[in-house]
Amino acid sequence: MIALVQQKAIVTSGAEAIVGSATQQSESDLQASARRTRTRNTFWVWVGRLILAIFVFGGWQLFTDLKWVDPFFYGQPSMVWDSLVNLFTKGTAFGSIWDQLWVTVQEALFGFLFGTIAGVISGILLGSNRYLSNVFSPYIKVLNSIPRIVLGSIFIVAFGLGIGPKILLAAVLVFFAVFFNAYQGVREVDQNLIANVRVLGASPLQIARHVTIPSAMTWIIASLHTAFGFAIIGALVAEVLGAQKGIGLIISQSQGRFDPNTVFACMAIIAVFTLGAEYLITLLERSVLRWRPPVRSESQPI
Amino acid sequence: MGDTDKTPSRTPVGPGVADDPARIEIVALTKRFLTPKGEPFTAIQDVSLTVEAGQFCAIVGPTGCGKSTTLAQVSGLERPSGGSVQVGGRIVDGITNGVSYMFQGDALFPWKTVLQNVMIGPVLLGTSKKKSMALAIDWLRRVGLTGFEDRYPHQLSGGMRKRVAMAAALINNPRILLMDEPFGALDVQTKAIMQTELLGLWEELRPSVLFITHDLDEAVALSDRVVIMTSSPGTIKDVFNIDLPRPRGDVQTLRHERRFIELQTQIWESLRDEVTRAYKRSAGVAA
Repeated sequence: MIALVQQKAIVTSGAEAIVGSATQQSESDLQASARRTRTRNTFWVWVGRLILAIFVFGGWQLFTDLKWVDPFFYGQPSMVWDSLVNLFTKGTAFGSIWDQLWVTVQEALFGFLFGTIAGVISGILLGSNRYLSNVFSPYIKVLNSIPRIVLGSIFIVAFGLGIGPKILLAAVLVFFAVFFNAYQGVREVDQNLIANVRVLGASPLQIARHVTIPSAMTWIIASLHTAFGFAIIGALVAEVLGAQKGIGLIISQSQGRFDPNTVFACMAIIAVFTLGAEYLITLLERSVLRWRPPVRSESQPI
Repeated sequence: MGDTDKTPSRTPVGPGVADDPARIEIVALTKRFLTPKGEPFTAIQDVSLTVEAGQFCAIVGPTGCGKSTTLAQVSGLERPSGGSVQVGGRIVDGITNGVSYMFQGDALFPWKTVLQNVMIGPVLLGTSKKKSMALAIDWLRRVGLTGFEDRYPHQLSGGMRKRVAMAAALINNPRILLMDEPFGALDVQTKAIMQTELLGLWEELRPSVLFITHDLDEAVALSDRVVIMTSSPGTIKDVFNIDLPRPRGDVQTLRHERRFIELQTQIWESLRDEVTRAYKRSAGVAA
Protein backbone atom coordinates (compact mmCIF):
# COMPACT_ATOMS: atom_id res chain seq x y z
CA MET A 1 0.00 0.00 0.00
CA ILE A 2 2.70 2.42 1.09
CA ALA A 3 4.88 1.36 -1.79
CA LEU A 4 2.02 2.04 -4.15
CA VAL A 5 1.48 5.53 -2.77
CA GLN A 6 5.18 6.20 -3.05
CA GLN A 7 5.32 5.05 -6.59
CA LYS A 8 2.44 7.35 -7.36
CA ALA A 9 4.20 10.22 -5.62
CA ILE A 10 7.31 9.63 -7.66
CA VAL A 11 5.35 9.53 -10.85
CA THR A 12 3.53 12.77 -10.05
CA SER A 13 6.65 14.65 -9.09
CA GLY A 14 8.28 13.29 -12.22
CA ALA A 15 5.32 14.44 -14.27
CA GLU A 16 5.63 17.94 -12.89
CA ALA A 17 9.29 18.06 -13.76
CA ILE A 18 8.53 16.97 -17.31
CA VAL A 19 5.78 19.53 -17.73
CA GLY A 20 8.21 22.10 -16.43
CA SER A 21 10.74 21.30 -19.10
CA ALA A 22 7.94 21.19 -21.68
CA THR A 23 8.87 17.79 -23.05
CA GLN A 24 6.30 15.37 -24.39
CA GLN A 25 6.50 11.99 -22.72
CA SER A 26 3.96 9.27 -22.18
CA GLU A 27 2.95 7.85 -18.82
CA SER A 28 4.52 4.45 -19.48
CA ASP A 29 7.85 6.00 -20.44
CA LEU A 30 7.77 7.92 -17.22
CA GLN A 31 7.04 4.81 -15.22
CA ALA A 32 9.86 2.96 -16.94
CA SER A 33 12.30 5.73 -16.23
CA ALA A 34 11.20 5.87 -12.60
CA ARG A 35 11.80 2.15 -12.31
CA ARG A 36 15.21 2.49 -13.96
CA THR A 37 16.21 5.19 -11.49
CA ARG A 38 15.14 3.00 -8.64
CA THR A 39 17.06 -0.04 -9.84
CA ARG A 40 20.11 2.09 -10.51
CA ASN A 41 19.99 3.51 -6.99
CA THR A 42 19.70 0.11 -5.31
CA PHE A 43 22.44 -1.26 -7.54
CA TRP A 44 24.92 1.39 -6.45
CA VAL A 45 24.00 1.01 -2.81
CA TRP A 46 24.80 -2.70 -3.03
CA VAL A 47 28.07 -2.02 -4.82
CA GLY A 48 29.02 0.34 -2.00
CA ARG A 49 28.11 -2.23 0.62
CA LEU A 50 30.14 -4.90 -1.10
CA ILE A 51 33.19 -2.66 -1.38
CA LEU A 52 32.98 -1.81 2.30
CA ALA A 53 32.79 -5.49 3.27
CA ILE A 54 35.74 -6.39 1.04
CA PHE A 55 37.70 -3.48 2.46
CA VAL A 56 37.14 -4.45 6.09
CA PHE A 57 37.42 -8.24 5.87
CA GLY A 58 40.00 -8.22 3.10
CA GLY A 59 42.11 -5.75 5.07
CA TRP A 60 41.84 -7.87 8.17
CA GLN A 61 42.82 -11.00 6.27
CA LEU A 62 45.66 -9.24 4.47
CA PHE A 63 47.18 -7.61 7.53
CA THR A 64 47.07 -10.80 9.56
CA ASP A 65 48.52 -12.74 6.60
CA LEU A 66 51.37 -10.27 6.35
CA LYS A 67 51.82 -10.52 10.14
CA TRP A 68 51.44 -6.77 10.54
CA VAL A 69 48.81 -7.74 13.05
CA ASP A 70 49.24 -10.92 15.06
CA PRO A 71 46.48 -13.40 14.14
CA PHE A 72 47.11 -15.16 17.44
CA PHE A 73 45.43 -12.29 19.25
CA TYR A 74 43.16 -10.83 16.62
CA GLY A 75 42.05 -13.87 14.69
CA GLN A 76 41.76 -14.06 10.95
CA PRO A 77 38.63 -14.20 8.75
CA SER A 78 39.64 -17.48 7.12
CA MET A 79 40.35 -19.05 10.49
CA VAL A 80 37.09 -17.71 11.88
CA TRP A 81 35.35 -19.45 9.01
CA ASP A 82 37.21 -22.66 9.81
CA SER A 83 36.18 -22.58 13.43
CA LEU A 84 32.62 -21.79 12.39
CA VAL A 85 32.63 -24.89 10.20
CA ASN A 86 34.24 -26.79 13.04
CA LEU A 87 31.59 -25.72 15.49
CA PHE A 88 28.84 -26.98 13.25
CA THR A 89 30.48 -30.19 12.03
CA LYS A 90 32.41 -31.39 15.05
CA GLY A 91 30.38 -29.71 17.75
CA THR A 92 31.81 -28.41 21.00
CA ALA A 93 33.25 -29.92 24.13
CA PHE A 94 29.79 -29.72 25.72
CA GLY A 95 27.67 -31.14 22.92
CA SER A 96 26.48 -29.97 19.54
CA ILE A 97 26.44 -26.28 18.70
CA TRP A 98 22.69 -26.44 18.18
CA ASP A 99 22.25 -27.48 21.81
CA GLN A 100 24.31 -24.51 22.95
CA LEU A 101 22.51 -22.12 20.67
CA TRP A 102 19.12 -23.41 21.76
CA VAL A 103 19.99 -22.81 25.42
CA THR A 104 21.11 -19.26 24.77
CA VAL A 105 18.12 -18.54 22.56
CA GLN A 106 15.75 -19.81 25.23
CA GLU A 107 17.37 -17.63 27.85
CA ALA A 108 17.28 -14.57 25.68
CA LEU A 109 13.70 -15.12 24.53
CA PHE A 110 12.29 -15.80 27.99
CA GLY A 111 14.26 -12.90 29.39
CA PHE A 112 12.95 -10.68 26.63
CA LEU A 113 9.38 -11.85 27.18
CA PHE A 114 9.33 -11.47 30.97
CA GLY A 115 11.27 -8.21 30.92
CA THR A 116 8.95 -6.74 28.30
CA ILE A 117 5.77 -7.77 30.08
CA ALA A 118 7.00 -6.44 33.41
CA GLY A 119 8.30 -3.25 31.80
CA VAL A 120 5.09 -2.53 29.93
CA ILE A 121 2.83 -3.18 32.91
CA SER A 122 4.84 -1.13 35.38
CA GLY A 123 5.48 1.61 32.83
CA ILE A 124 1.78 2.01 32.14
CA LEU A 125 0.86 1.83 35.84
CA LEU A 126 3.42 4.41 36.91
CA GLY A 127 2.85 6.56 33.87
CA SER A 128 -0.85 6.90 34.48
CA ASN A 129 -0.71 7.26 38.25
CA ARG A 130 1.10 10.35 39.48
CA TYR A 131 1.17 9.22 43.11
CA LEU A 132 2.76 5.87 42.33
CA SER A 133 5.25 7.52 40.02
CA ASN A 134 6.26 10.04 42.68
CA VAL A 135 6.75 7.27 45.22
CA PHE A 136 8.73 4.99 42.96
CA SER A 137 10.74 7.41 40.85
CA PRO A 138 13.79 7.89 43.17
CA TYR A 139 14.16 4.14 43.57
CA ILE A 140 13.89 3.53 39.89
CA LYS A 141 16.52 6.17 39.24
CA VAL A 142 18.84 4.47 41.73
CA LEU A 143 18.21 1.05 40.21
CA ASN A 144 18.82 2.46 36.77
CA SER A 145 22.13 4.01 37.74
CA ILE A 146 23.68 0.88 39.20
CA PRO A 147 25.57 -1.34 36.74
CA ARG A 148 22.91 -4.02 36.47
CA ILE A 149 25.16 -6.44 34.61
CA VAL A 150 26.91 -7.09 37.93
CA LEU A 151 23.64 -8.52 39.22
CA GLY A 152 24.53 -11.51 37.05
CA SER A 153 27.15 -12.60 39.59
CA ILE A 154 24.62 -12.40 42.39
CA PHE A 155 22.01 -14.32 40.45
CA ILE A 156 24.45 -17.09 39.67
CA VAL A 157 25.56 -17.35 43.28
CA ALA A 158 21.97 -17.34 44.43
CA PHE A 159 20.30 -19.49 41.79
CA GLY A 160 23.06 -21.72 40.44
CA LEU A 161 24.29 -22.53 36.97
CA GLY A 162 20.97 -23.40 35.33
CA ILE A 163 19.11 -21.23 32.83
CA GLY A 164 17.07 -19.44 35.54
CA PRO A 165 19.63 -16.79 36.52
CA LYS A 166 20.38 -16.09 32.84
CA ILE A 167 16.73 -15.43 32.12
CA LEU A 168 16.61 -13.22 35.18
CA LEU A 169 19.58 -11.11 34.14
CA ALA A 170 18.28 -10.75 30.59
CA ALA A 171 14.86 -9.80 31.96
CA VAL A 172 16.32 -7.16 34.27
CA LEU A 173 18.22 -5.54 31.40
CA VAL A 174 15.17 -5.65 29.14
CA PHE A 175 12.87 -4.37 31.85
CA PHE A 176 14.52 -0.98 32.18
CA ALA A 177 14.75 -0.36 28.47
CA VAL A 178 11.06 -1.12 28.03
CA PHE A 179 9.89 0.43 31.26
CA PHE A 180 11.25 3.91 30.57
CA ASN A 181 9.76 3.98 27.10
CA ALA A 182 6.36 2.74 28.24
CA TYR A 183 6.38 5.28 31.03
CA GLN A 184 7.30 8.12 28.72
CA GLY A 185 4.80 6.91 26.14
CA VAL A 186 1.97 7.06 28.66
CA ARG A 187 3.10 10.50 29.77
CA GLU A 188 3.01 11.76 26.18
CA VAL A 189 -0.61 10.77 25.60
CA ASP A 190 -2.65 13.60 24.17
CA GLN A 191 -4.65 14.94 27.10
CA ASN A 192 -7.39 16.09 24.73
CA LEU A 193 -7.98 12.49 23.71
CA ILE A 194 -8.32 11.44 27.33
CA ALA A 195 -10.68 14.33 28.08
CA ASN A 196 -12.67 13.39 25.01
CA VAL A 197 -13.30 9.78 26.03
CA ARG A 198 -13.84 10.73 29.65
CA VAL A 199 -16.62 13.06 28.61
CA LEU A 200 -18.09 10.23 26.58
CA GLY A 201 -18.21 8.22 29.79
CA ALA A 202 -15.16 5.95 29.52
CA SER A 203 -14.07 3.98 32.59
CA PRO A 204 -10.39 3.96 33.60
CA LEU A 205 -10.06 0.55 31.98
CA GLN A 206 -11.60 1.81 28.76
CA ILE A 207 -9.27 4.82 28.80
CA ALA A 208 -6.31 2.46 29.10
CA ARG A 209 -7.59 0.23 26.31
CA HIS A 210 -8.64 2.85 23.83
CA VAL A 211 -6.18 5.66 24.51
CA THR A 212 -3.24 5.04 26.80
CA ILE A 213 -2.03 1.68 25.55
CA PRO A 214 -2.35 2.30 21.81
CA SER A 215 -0.70 5.67 22.24
CA ALA A 216 2.20 4.30 24.26
CA MET A 217 2.58 1.45 21.77
CA THR A 218 4.73 3.58 19.46
CA TRP A 219 7.24 4.10 22.23
CA ILE A 220 7.07 0.54 23.52
CA ILE A 221 7.68 -1.00 20.11
CA ALA A 222 10.56 1.36 19.44
CA SER A 223 12.16 0.15 22.65
CA LEU A 224 11.83 -3.52 21.68
CA HIS A 225 14.70 -3.23 19.18
CA THR A 226 17.19 -2.16 21.85
CA ALA A 227 15.54 -4.39 24.42
CA PHE A 228 16.23 -7.48 22.34
CA GLY A 229 19.88 -6.55 22.14
CA PHE A 230 19.89 -6.30 25.92
CA ALA A 231 18.27 -9.72 26.24
CA ILE A 232 21.10 -11.27 24.22
CA ILE A 233 23.73 -9.40 26.20
CA GLY A 234 22.16 -10.49 29.48
CA ALA A 235 22.03 -14.13 28.46
CA LEU A 236 25.60 -14.18 27.10
CA VAL A 237 27.18 -12.33 30.00
CA ALA A 238 25.44 -14.54 32.53
CA GLU A 239 26.71 -17.58 30.64
CA VAL A 240 30.25 -16.23 30.61
CA LEU A 241 29.98 -15.69 34.36
CA GLY A 242 29.11 -19.32 34.90
CA ALA A 243 27.13 -21.91 32.97
CA GLN A 244 26.93 -25.54 31.95
CA LYS A 245 25.73 -24.88 28.43
CA GLY A 246 25.33 -22.02 26.01
CA ILE A 247 27.17 -19.84 23.53
CA GLY A 248 28.53 -17.73 26.38
CA LEU A 249 30.19 -20.81 27.80
CA ILE A 250 31.90 -21.56 24.46
CA ILE A 251 33.09 -17.95 24.40
CA SER A 252 34.57 -18.08 27.88
CA GLN A 253 36.20 -21.47 27.16
CA SER A 254 37.73 -20.14 23.93
CA GLN A 255 39.00 -17.15 25.82
CA GLY A 256 40.77 -19.54 28.19
CA ARG A 257 42.32 -21.38 25.25
CA PHE A 258 43.48 -18.16 23.55
CA ASP A 259 41.24 -18.89 20.60
CA PRO A 260 39.87 -15.59 19.26
CA ASN A 261 38.59 -17.27 16.11
CA THR A 262 35.95 -19.28 17.96
CA VAL A 263 34.90 -16.17 19.86
CA PHE A 264 34.38 -14.39 16.55
CA ALA A 265 32.53 -17.41 15.21
CA CYS A 266 30.17 -17.32 18.19
CA MET A 267 29.65 -13.61 17.61
CA ALA A 268 28.66 -14.34 14.03
CA ILE A 269 26.18 -17.01 15.09
CA ILE A 270 24.54 -14.71 17.61
CA ALA A 271 24.48 -11.89 15.08
CA VAL A 272 22.54 -14.02 12.61
CA PHE A 273 20.03 -14.97 15.29
CA THR A 274 19.64 -11.35 16.42
CA LEU A 275 19.09 -10.16 12.86
CA GLY A 276 16.34 -12.72 12.48
CA ALA A 277 14.67 -11.60 15.69
CA GLU A 278 15.09 -7.97 14.68
CA TYR A 279 13.31 -8.74 11.43
CA LEU A 280 10.39 -10.26 13.32
CA ILE A 281 10.19 -7.21 15.57
CA THR A 282 10.14 -4.98 12.51
CA LEU A 283 7.27 -7.04 11.09
CA LEU A 284 5.41 -6.65 14.38
CA GLU A 285 6.11 -2.92 14.32
CA ARG A 286 4.72 -2.62 10.81
CA SER A 287 1.51 -4.44 11.62
CA VAL A 288 0.85 -2.74 14.96
CA LEU A 289 1.79 0.74 13.78
CA ARG A 290 0.05 0.46 10.43
CA TRP A 291 -1.73 3.73 11.16
CA ARG A 292 1.41 5.81 11.18
CA PRO A 293 1.97 8.21 8.30
CA PRO A 294 4.75 7.08 5.96
CA VAL A 295 8.08 8.75 6.48
CA ARG A 296 8.44 11.70 4.16
CA SER A 297 12.07 11.24 3.23
CA GLU A 298 11.31 7.82 1.78
CA SER A 299 10.21 9.30 -1.53
CA GLN A 300 13.15 10.23 -3.65
CA PRO A 301 13.65 12.63 -6.51
CA ILE A 302 14.35 11.30 -9.99
CA MET B 1 -15.94 -4.68 26.46
CA GLY B 2 -17.34 -3.34 23.24
CA ASP B 3 -18.73 -6.70 22.21
CA THR B 4 -20.94 -7.31 25.22
CA ASP B 5 -24.42 -5.94 24.84
CA LYS B 6 -24.88 -4.18 28.17
CA THR B 7 -27.76 -1.79 28.53
CA PRO B 8 -26.24 1.64 28.08
CA SER B 9 -27.09 4.40 30.51
CA ARG B 10 -28.05 6.57 27.54
CA THR B 11 -29.07 4.91 24.36
CA PRO B 12 -27.65 6.60 21.30
CA VAL B 13 -30.61 7.37 19.13
CA GLY B 14 -30.89 7.37 15.41
CA PRO B 15 -30.53 10.62 13.52
CA GLY B 16 -33.42 13.03 13.50
CA VAL B 17 -34.80 11.97 16.85
CA ALA B 18 -34.31 14.84 19.27
CA ASP B 19 -33.17 13.68 22.68
CA ASP B 20 -34.19 15.98 25.56
CA PRO B 21 -31.84 18.93 25.22
CA ALA B 22 -30.70 20.43 28.46
CA ARG B 23 -30.53 23.83 30.01
CA ILE B 24 -27.14 24.88 31.31
CA GLU B 25 -27.18 27.13 34.32
CA ILE B 26 -23.90 28.51 35.53
CA VAL B 27 -24.17 30.41 38.82
CA ALA B 28 -21.36 32.50 40.33
CA LEU B 29 -18.78 30.06 38.99
CA THR B 30 -15.23 30.58 40.22
CA LYS B 31 -12.20 28.45 39.45
CA ARG B 32 -8.79 28.84 40.99
CA PHE B 33 -5.65 26.92 40.12
CA LEU B 34 -2.38 26.45 41.90
CA THR B 35 0.45 27.60 39.67
CA PRO B 36 3.57 25.42 39.57
CA LYS B 37 5.18 27.99 41.88
CA GLY B 38 2.46 27.29 44.40
CA GLU B 39 0.59 30.59 44.04
CA PRO B 40 -3.16 30.56 43.57
CA PHE B 41 -4.40 31.86 40.25
CA THR B 42 -8.00 32.80 39.58
CA ALA B 43 -8.96 31.72 36.09
CA ILE B 44 -12.63 32.70 36.24
CA GLN B 45 -14.56 34.63 38.82
CA ASP B 46 -18.28 34.94 39.42
CA VAL B 47 -19.33 33.79 36.00
CA SER B 48 -23.10 33.46 35.72
CA LEU B 49 -24.61 32.38 32.47
CA THR B 50 -27.66 30.50 31.34
CA VAL B 51 -27.93 28.60 28.09
CA GLU B 52 -31.51 27.63 27.36
CA ALA B 53 -32.20 24.13 26.16
CA GLY B 54 -31.39 23.90 22.49
CA GLN B 55 -29.73 27.28 22.39
CA PHE B 56 -26.49 28.01 20.54
CA CYS B 57 -24.31 30.19 22.74
CA ALA B 58 -20.91 31.51 21.72
CA ILE B 59 -18.26 32.75 24.13
CA VAL B 60 -15.85 35.31 22.74
CA GLY B 61 -12.94 36.90 24.52
CA PRO B 62 -9.20 37.53 24.49
CA THR B 63 -6.73 34.70 24.97
CA GLY B 64 -6.50 33.41 28.50
CA CYS B 65 -9.81 34.72 29.79
CA GLY B 66 -10.95 31.34 31.05
CA LYS B 67 -13.24 30.31 28.23
CA SER B 68 -11.90 26.77 28.13
CA THR B 69 -11.96 26.58 31.92
CA THR B 70 -15.67 27.38 31.83
CA LEU B 71 -16.27 24.53 29.40
CA ALA B 72 -14.29 22.11 31.56
CA GLN B 73 -16.57 22.90 34.52
CA VAL B 74 -19.69 22.29 32.45
CA SER B 75 -18.41 18.94 31.20
CA GLY B 76 -17.54 17.89 34.72
CA LEU B 77 -13.90 17.23 33.83
CA GLU B 78 -12.98 19.73 36.55
CA ARG B 79 -14.66 20.75 39.78
CA PRO B 80 -15.48 24.41 40.41
CA SER B 81 -13.77 26.19 43.30
CA GLY B 82 -16.91 28.18 43.94
CA GLY B 83 -20.42 28.53 42.56
CA SER B 84 -22.15 25.79 40.66
CA VAL B 85 -23.05 24.45 37.25
CA GLN B 86 -26.41 22.86 36.68
CA VAL B 87 -27.31 20.85 33.65
CA GLY B 88 -30.98 20.03 33.19
CA GLY B 89 -31.66 21.03 36.80
CA ARG B 90 -28.96 18.73 38.20
CA ILE B 91 -25.78 20.05 39.78
CA VAL B 92 -22.72 18.86 37.87
CA ASP B 93 -20.70 16.51 40.05
CA GLY B 94 -18.48 14.23 38.02
CA ILE B 95 -18.78 13.73 34.29
CA THR B 96 -22.01 15.20 32.96
CA ASN B 97 -24.15 12.70 31.13
CA GLY B 98 -24.81 13.27 27.45
CA VAL B 99 -22.02 15.74 26.75
CA SER B 100 -19.76 15.79 23.70
CA TYR B 101 -16.60 17.80 23.41
CA MET B 102 -14.94 19.12 20.27
CA PHE B 103 -11.47 20.54 20.55
CA GLN B 104 -9.38 22.84 18.42
CA GLY B 105 -6.92 20.03 17.83
CA ASP B 106 -8.29 17.00 16.08
CA ALA B 107 -8.68 14.83 19.16
CA LEU B 108 -9.06 11.90 16.78
CA PHE B 109 -7.34 8.62 17.53
CA PRO B 110 -4.52 8.43 15.01
CA TRP B 111 -4.39 4.64 15.42
CA LYS B 112 -8.07 4.12 14.69
CA THR B 113 -9.65 4.25 11.27
CA VAL B 114 -12.26 6.86 10.48
CA LEU B 115 -15.03 4.35 11.18
CA GLN B 116 -13.51 3.28 14.51
CA ASN B 117 -13.06 6.90 15.49
CA VAL B 118 -16.72 7.64 14.98
CA MET B 119 -17.78 4.37 16.61
CA ILE B 120 -16.03 5.09 19.88
CA GLY B 121 -18.95 7.06 21.36
CA PRO B 122 -21.58 4.31 21.27
CA VAL B 123 -18.93 1.65 22.03
CA LEU B 124 -18.01 3.44 25.27
CA LEU B 125 -21.68 3.51 26.20
CA GLY B 126 -21.76 -0.26 25.82
CA THR B 127 -23.64 -0.49 22.55
CA SER B 128 -22.89 -3.64 20.57
CA LYS B 129 -20.19 -3.43 17.94
CA LYS B 130 -22.61 -4.16 15.14
CA LYS B 131 -25.04 -1.44 16.14
CA SER B 132 -22.25 1.07 16.72
CA MET B 133 -20.85 0.34 13.31
CA ALA B 134 -24.21 0.85 11.63
CA LEU B 135 -24.65 4.15 13.44
CA ALA B 136 -21.13 5.27 12.55
CA ILE B 137 -21.63 4.41 8.87
CA ASP B 138 -24.82 6.44 8.87
CA TRP B 139 -23.09 9.41 10.51
CA LEU B 140 -20.20 9.27 8.07
CA ARG B 141 -22.76 9.45 5.30
CA ARG B 142 -24.31 12.52 6.91
CA VAL B 143 -20.99 14.36 7.07
CA GLY B 144 -20.21 13.32 3.50
CA LEU B 145 -17.42 10.86 4.21
CA THR B 146 -18.89 7.66 2.78
CA GLY B 147 -16.06 5.66 1.25
CA PHE B 148 -13.46 6.92 3.72
CA GLU B 149 -14.32 4.45 6.50
CA ASP B 150 -11.01 2.60 6.37
CA ARG B 151 -8.71 5.59 6.13
CA TYR B 152 -6.55 6.71 9.00
CA PRO B 153 -6.78 10.33 10.17
CA HIS B 154 -3.37 11.24 8.76
CA GLN B 155 -4.62 10.36 5.30
CA LEU B 156 -7.38 13.00 5.46
CA SER B 157 -7.35 16.74 4.91
CA GLY B 158 -7.95 19.15 7.79
CA GLY B 159 -11.57 19.70 6.82
CA MET B 160 -12.25 15.98 6.51
CA ARG B 161 -10.74 15.38 9.93
CA LYS B 162 -13.08 18.01 11.33
CA ARG B 163 -16.02 16.21 9.75
CA VAL B 164 -14.94 13.00 11.42
CA ALA B 165 -14.64 14.82 14.74
CA MET B 166 -18.08 16.31 14.20
CA ALA B 167 -19.62 12.90 13.46
CA ALA B 168 -17.85 11.45 16.52
CA ALA B 169 -19.16 14.27 18.69
CA LEU B 170 -22.74 14.03 17.46
CA ILE B 171 -23.18 10.26 17.13
CA ASN B 172 -24.28 9.86 20.74
CA ASN B 173 -26.92 12.52 20.16
CA PRO B 174 -25.60 14.69 22.99
CA ARG B 175 -27.81 16.98 25.05
CA ILE B 176 -24.92 19.37 25.24
CA LEU B 177 -22.22 20.06 22.72
CA LEU B 178 -19.12 21.82 24.00
CA MET B 179 -16.91 23.23 21.28
CA ASP B 180 -13.53 24.75 22.05
CA GLU B 181 -12.46 26.72 18.98
CA PRO B 182 -13.28 23.72 16.81
CA PHE B 183 -12.53 25.45 13.52
CA GLY B 184 -9.65 27.59 14.77
CA ALA B 185 -6.98 25.79 12.79
CA LEU B 186 -8.82 25.66 9.46
CA ASP B 187 -8.30 27.86 6.43
CA VAL B 188 -10.99 30.44 5.71
CA GLN B 189 -12.80 28.56 2.94
CA THR B 190 -12.91 25.24 4.78
CA LYS B 191 -14.00 27.05 7.91
CA ALA B 192 -17.02 28.56 6.15
CA ILE B 193 -18.04 25.18 4.77
CA MET B 194 -17.69 23.51 8.15
CA GLN B 195 -19.71 26.26 9.84
CA THR B 196 -22.57 25.80 7.41
CA GLU B 197 -22.49 22.04 7.91
CA LEU B 198 -22.40 22.40 11.67
CA LEU B 199 -25.45 24.68 11.53
CA GLY B 200 -27.30 22.15 9.41
CA LEU B 201 -26.57 19.28 11.78
CA TRP B 202 -27.32 21.37 14.83
CA GLU B 203 -30.67 22.45 13.47
CA GLU B 204 -31.60 18.78 13.07
CA LEU B 205 -30.52 17.65 16.54
CA ARG B 206 -30.80 20.86 18.56
CA PRO B 207 -28.42 20.15 21.43
CA SER B 208 -27.50 23.07 23.68
CA VAL B 209 -24.18 24.40 22.44
CA LEU B 210 -21.41 26.29 24.16
CA PHE B 211 -19.06 27.42 21.43
CA ILE B 212 -15.74 29.09 22.16
CA THR B 213 -14.18 31.13 19.41
CA HIS B 214 -11.84 34.00 18.68
CA ASP B 215 -13.67 34.77 15.51
CA LEU B 216 -16.44 37.29 16.00
CA ASP B 217 -17.98 36.65 12.57
CA GLU B 218 -18.20 32.99 13.41
CA ALA B 219 -19.85 33.75 16.75
CA VAL B 220 -22.48 36.01 15.22
CA ALA B 221 -23.18 33.76 12.26
CA LEU B 222 -23.74 30.62 14.29
CA SER B 223 -25.23 31.54 17.61
CA ASP B 224 -28.37 32.78 19.31
CA ARG B 225 -26.35 34.51 21.93
CA VAL B 226 -22.83 35.90 22.16
CA VAL B 227 -21.13 36.23 25.53
CA ILE B 228 -18.11 38.49 25.86
CA MET B 229 -15.60 37.55 28.51
CA THR B 230 -12.82 39.70 29.93
CA SER B 231 -9.52 38.40 31.13
CA SER B 232 -7.71 37.93 34.43
CA PRO B 233 -9.77 36.96 36.15
CA GLY B 234 -12.28 35.81 33.57
CA THR B 235 -15.66 37.41 34.04
CA ILE B 236 -18.61 38.09 31.76
CA LYS B 237 -18.67 41.57 30.35
CA ASP B 238 -21.60 41.59 27.97
CA VAL B 239 -24.24 39.34 26.53
CA PHE B 240 -25.75 39.95 23.10
CA ASN B 241 -28.79 38.25 21.67
CA ILE B 242 -28.49 37.50 18.00
CA ASP B 243 -31.87 37.82 16.38
CA LEU B 244 -30.94 36.65 12.90
CA PRO B 245 -33.70 34.32 11.67
CA ARG B 246 -33.18 30.58 11.46
CA PRO B 247 -32.50 28.45 9.52
CA ARG B 248 -29.60 30.65 8.55
CA GLY B 249 -28.38 28.65 5.58
CA ASP B 250 -25.05 29.54 4.06
CA VAL B 251 -22.69 31.33 6.42
CA GLN B 252 -20.84 33.04 3.57
CA THR B 253 -23.92 34.88 2.27
CA LEU B 254 -25.07 35.67 5.80
CA ARG B 255 -21.99 37.79 6.32
CA HIS B 256 -23.22 40.43 3.91
CA GLU B 257 -26.63 40.99 5.47
CA ARG B 258 -27.25 44.35 7.08
CA ARG B 259 -28.41 43.02 10.44
CA PHE B 260 -25.35 40.78 10.63
CA ILE B 261 -23.02 43.72 10.09
CA GLU B 262 -24.90 45.82 12.66
CA LEU B 263 -24.61 43.16 15.32
CA GLN B 264 -21.04 42.42 14.45
CA THR B 265 -20.08 46.11 14.81
CA GLN B 266 -21.94 46.41 18.08
CA ILE B 267 -20.19 43.40 19.59
CA TRP B 268 -16.83 44.44 18.26
CA GLU B 269 -17.16 47.76 20.10
CA SER B 270 -17.52 45.85 23.33
CA LEU B 271 -14.80 43.40 22.55
CA ARG B 272 -12.25 45.91 21.29
CA ASP B 273 -11.44 47.42 24.68
CA GLU B 274 -10.84 43.96 26.05
CA VAL B 275 -8.59 42.93 23.23
CA THR B 276 -6.54 46.11 23.43
CA ARG B 277 -6.25 45.75 27.16
CA ALA B 278 -5.14 42.16 26.93
CA TYR B 279 -2.73 43.02 24.15
CA LYS B 280 -1.23 45.92 26.07
CA ARG B 281 -0.74 43.73 29.08
CA SER B 282 1.02 41.03 27.13
CA ALA B 283 3.09 43.63 25.28
CA GLY B 284 4.02 45.16 28.65
CA VAL B 285 5.15 41.78 29.88
CA ALA B 286 7.19 41.27 26.76
CA ALA B 287 8.87 44.70 27.01
